[in-house]
Amino acid sequence: MKVEQISIFIENKSGRLAEITRVLSDAGINIRALSLADTSDFGILRLIVNNGAKASEVLKEKGFTVSKTEVVAVEVPDRPGGLSAILQALDRESINVEYMYAFVERCGGNAVIIFRFDETDKAIAALQAQNFNMLEGNRLYNM
Amino acid sequence: MFFNEEFETLPRPALEALQLKRLQSTLERVYANVPFYKASFDAAGIKPSIVSHLQDLQKLPFTTKQDMRNSYPYGLFAAPMDEIVRIHASSGTTGKPTVVGYTKKDITTWSELMARSFVAAGAHKGDIIHNAYGYGLFTGGLGAHYGAELLGASVIPISGGNTKRQIMIMQDFGSTVLTCTPSYSLFMAEESQAEGVDFKNLKLRVGIFGAEPWSESMRTEIENKLNLSAIDIYGLSEIMGPGVAIECIEAKRGLHIWEDHFIPEIINPETGELMPEGEKGELVITTITKQGIPLIRYRTRDITSLSYEPCICGRTHARIARMSGRSDDMLIIRGVNVFPSQIESVLVGIEGIEPHYMLIVDRQGTLDTLTVQVEISERLFSDEIKVLQALSRRVEKEIKDMLGVTCSAKLVEPKTIQRSEGKAQRVIDNRKLA
Repeated sequence: MKVEQISIFIENKSGRLAEITRVLSDAGINIRALSLADTSDFGILRLIVNNGAKASEVLKEKGFTVSKTEVVAVEVPDRPGGLSAILQALDRESINVEYMYAFVERCGGNAVIIFRFDETDKAIAALQAQNFNMLEGNRLYNM
Repeated sequence: MFFNEEFETLPRPALEALQLKRLQSTLERVYANVPFYKASFDAAGIKPSIVSHLQDLQKLPFTTKQDMRNSYPYGLFAAPMDEIVRIHASSGTTGKPTVVGYTKKDITTWSELMARSFVAAGAHKGDIIHNAYGYGLFTGGLGAHYGAELLGASVIPISGGNTKRQIMIMQDFGSTVLTCTPSYSLFMAEESQAEGVDFKNLKLRVGIFGAEPWSESMRTEIENKLNLSAIDIYGLSEIMGPGVAIECIEAKRGLHIWEDHFIPEIINPETGELMPEGEKGELVITTITKQGIPLIRYRTRDITSLSYEPCICGRTHARIARMSGRSDDMLIIRGVNVFPSQIESVLVGIEGIEPHYMLIVDRQGTLDTLTVQVEISERLFSDEIKVLQALSRRVEKEIKDMLGVTCSAKLVEPKTIQRSEGKAQRVIDNRKLA
């Protein structure tokens, strides 16, 4: 149920994002989902790619700082209140969302939300109990 | 105007005879009471008795800040602790400060030299002295304070910070003399505009500025903005504190160093040889009346030159030129002495931080800013912003706690800071002083 995300530290200076995407492109890596968090001094690029291990390897070779994190991909029903129901289920269990970002699934057309929780296993259990659909890592990597 | 006319205008032959007598007795005392000096004179094969002329001073070994560090905290004291009535400290080159102790007589001497300095700057009994130098371990606040009291002026011990209140008090209390760092005076001028206070309406007449290097163009700016006469003062805690040397208001050209208490020399910082009069080099000072911690040929690391030309004010004491730099890597940031090695020792104390850093010093408006660039490492990196921001704040806090200077920590990508190959550049100083 867990999905592997890679995070990369980016200093706020021009060309860094272009450099990362070039390195990934040269290695034949496909980006499935991404989010960029930024502050006035630095940013963190979070990526889900088709081959996380290889992406980490080529980026580290180029001197980037990379870390792996486990996140959860939840399918959100395409109707009003879809996301709200998920968040309420989490709130009942006092699970904190550290951050989240969304993308649209290519095949089903549903929205998928990537969550980073403070307690990942507890969150998965809470979501399973409420029958929310979580995407397997492999399905996402090979989408 | 003089505070002690007899000594301030002593004819050179009499002044030099007094210096020699005081130097000889200081040498006897440190040789007998300070193991460091006994060892260093013995190692050089010298007895205090070889000094029969002032020129013989050159034969003696130097004392450095490192020597003070090796003797931390009290190793260089020449008086027993029960005679020490005051202890001050200043930044050392690493975590430990440089410690100095004063006997009752040292405090009396310091007060007199500071009172002389006030008078040379144009202050007098009846003045209201707004003393915005920091009170505490730093010598600035208490040094100026005791001098002002001995002079018979009214001293306002306001210390640093809380600028709005400073401006209100200057206005309401009718301060006539301001003592602080030159950059802080400009900051006050800026803040006063926001407060709707015009310095032209204040009673300030004289400003005595020191503890950091400044320039003639800054003097012009301060005099215009604060509507007062700006005087340069020099001092360092190792030698005494503020009041080692001061400009006279008559000439405002060079700082008279009180030669009946200190012997100045200018050396080539590379070779240690004496420089001809008027040429720039490192200032070396020997204290000849201090009891608590007399220092022989102390290397100040400040770059200046020395002039014995008679001065229109009538003082016979030599003048040192405005400080033009340092012969080491010490930075002065908002009046606080900072050595890059101190920052390094703070950083290595934080788990996971790489010892690769860069200091960027700038002046935004009138105040200095310090940015510490630190490389992010895989160990410290997190996918969460708040974790990285907490790391920056921790670096800022530890530096503030250890050094007393506010900085902004900036995380940068790994291996982007130049590596040590021999002498790594650790500092980019963008301040323009000239």
